[in-house]
Amino acid sequence: MASAIEVDALRKSYGSAVVLSDLTLTVPSGIYSLLGPNGAGKTTLVNILTTLVKPDGGTASICGVPLTDRRCVRQQISVTGQFAAVDALLTPAENLVLIGRLLGMSARRARGRADELIDSFDLSASAGKLVRDLSGGTARRVDLAMSLVQQPKVLFLDEPTTGLDPTSRRRLWADIRALARTGTTVLLTTQYLEEAEALADRIGVLAQGRIVAEGTAAELTARIGGEELVLTTGDGEVVRTLTTDGTAGGVAAALAQLGSDAAGLHVELRRPTLEDAFASLTGSGIDREKVAA
Amino acid sequence: MTTLTIPSGRGASPLGAARIFVERSLRQNLRDGEAMLMAILLPVILMLTFTYVFGGAIASDGSYLTYVVPGIILLCAGFGASGVAVSVNRDLTTGAINRFRTLPIVSPTVLVGHVVASLVRNLLATGIVIGVGVALGFRPTANPVEWVLALGLVALYILAITALFAFIGLVAGSPESANGYGFLLLFLPYVSSAFVPVETMPGWLRGFAEHQPITPIIETVRGLLTGTELGSAGPVGVAWCVGAVVIAAVLVGVTFSRRTAR
Repeated sequence: MASAIEVDALRKSYGSAVVLSDLTLTVPSGIYSLLGPNGAGKTTLVNILTTLVKPDGGTASICGVPLTDRRCVRQQISVTGQFAAVDALLTPAENLVLIGRLLGMSARRARGRADELIDSFDLSASAGKLVRDLSGGTARRVDLAMSLVQQPKVLFLDEPTTGLDPTSRRRLWADIRALARTGTTVLLTTQYLEEAEALADRIGVLAQGRIVAEGTAAELTARIGGEELVLTTGDGEVVRTLTTDGTAGGVAAALAQLGSDAAGLHVELRRPTLEDAFASLTGSGIDREKVAA
Repeated sequence: MTTLTIPSGRGASPLGAARIFVERSLRQNLRDGEAMLMAILLPVILMLTFTYVFGGAIASDGSYLTYVVPGIILLCAGFGASGVAVSVNRDLTTGAINRFRTLPIVSPTVLVGHVVASLVRNLLATGIVIGVGVALGFRPTANPVEWVLALGLVALYILAITALFAFIGLVAGSPESANGYGFLLLFLPYVSSAFVPVETMPGWLRGFAEHQPITPIIETVRGLLTGTELGSAGPVGVAWCVGAVVIAAVLVGVTFSRRTAR
């Protein structure tokens, strides 16, 4: 079976600004998170993969269908962008029926499908109100529901939780996980490490238009080395940071290298977080002293 | 979450999609209470202003009403149509057009929805202008054929200006600036024979006023409804409208697929 998403040497520039440079990526299935800072090229990649923007070079396919076959690709995918693309002057139900009918369902079938989605997204209290009168979080859930009127093989979510409060965010996460269990592959872009860690089976780190690292959250963390010994003063001020492999022998060896002036310092063992990995991979790092053990 | 498997749809036909989008736009129009109120109030207020505020100064015998009704019909149509620039731009900036473009449909049909809804809304405004005019003493002399021709040309004008506004909506950076650009088009009726005969304007302006598109359209509607001299205004007016529709359609065709939300 073909991978859900296959991207090979994709290039895109706007004028002299290179947005994607020879980007290569494979998403087998499940939830894949594309993690990157603002301007890394996340939205451009999503726009290309959802047939909105033509790449300058390279190829890509969705479930084995090349992007050049736009109509067929469009039958496999759905997309929810950074803004709730919901009709403010229609009710959630009318928005869902609109999409159903555009997909070619009869009015009756579209209404039936809208009812199911309103049920499963727990929107019945809002179903009769105009979207403009709903909260931002609820509007986003309507937006997501609109992407699922027809269950897509691949769903693109471009920063779906930007601007949401923590409760709404968790709620949307639960919806996304439930969707992935039904067999839809999800490509999720985010600048929140927490979101990638909470949802994704695999994470691709995007920086300056290319994938700089890829793997599970644990693999990415492991890539920047083992655990760290942090030496602090009694006030908690960090004096030195030593990298170790985390074993008793490794820690002992690292400590043995310290001079007697370190005797009064406090020792703390810290596992690297995804944030550390991200910082070291994208170069947008927190400055700190590194001492090889 | 339901775990139903929904069969993959092939998408609505172009005609079906257009019909669905027309319904959507009409429904949006009906829901937008403020816009609806403006669409009804504006023609009434303009009619009253031009008849009672300016009318006495321009022609104290009350004949100005007969002169000005065709001009106000076009002025209102322009105002009404300018809303399309805002609706199209809103669809673009909210990402609605992005979503429609990723559906397996001919997505520019979303613009057909906006244009047809504008046509319906502005023909309604035209009806209100004529109705208020008749209540104030406007007595058109047109026979049924002339009525059909006059309303047909008004509809064609609405279509032309709506198409241009749809393009403006597509290229403007935000709904507010879409609204701003629209004012350039809305200014044209003032420098035409809509409110005063072009003979009363200074020479340099007169040349522009006589040959700009609004004047032949107004002269044709005026001639058909009130029996003034038609001359060659009819074909010239129609040519301007058809030309504008074709140019707007080409511009929209070239632009639509390149515009994304960001």
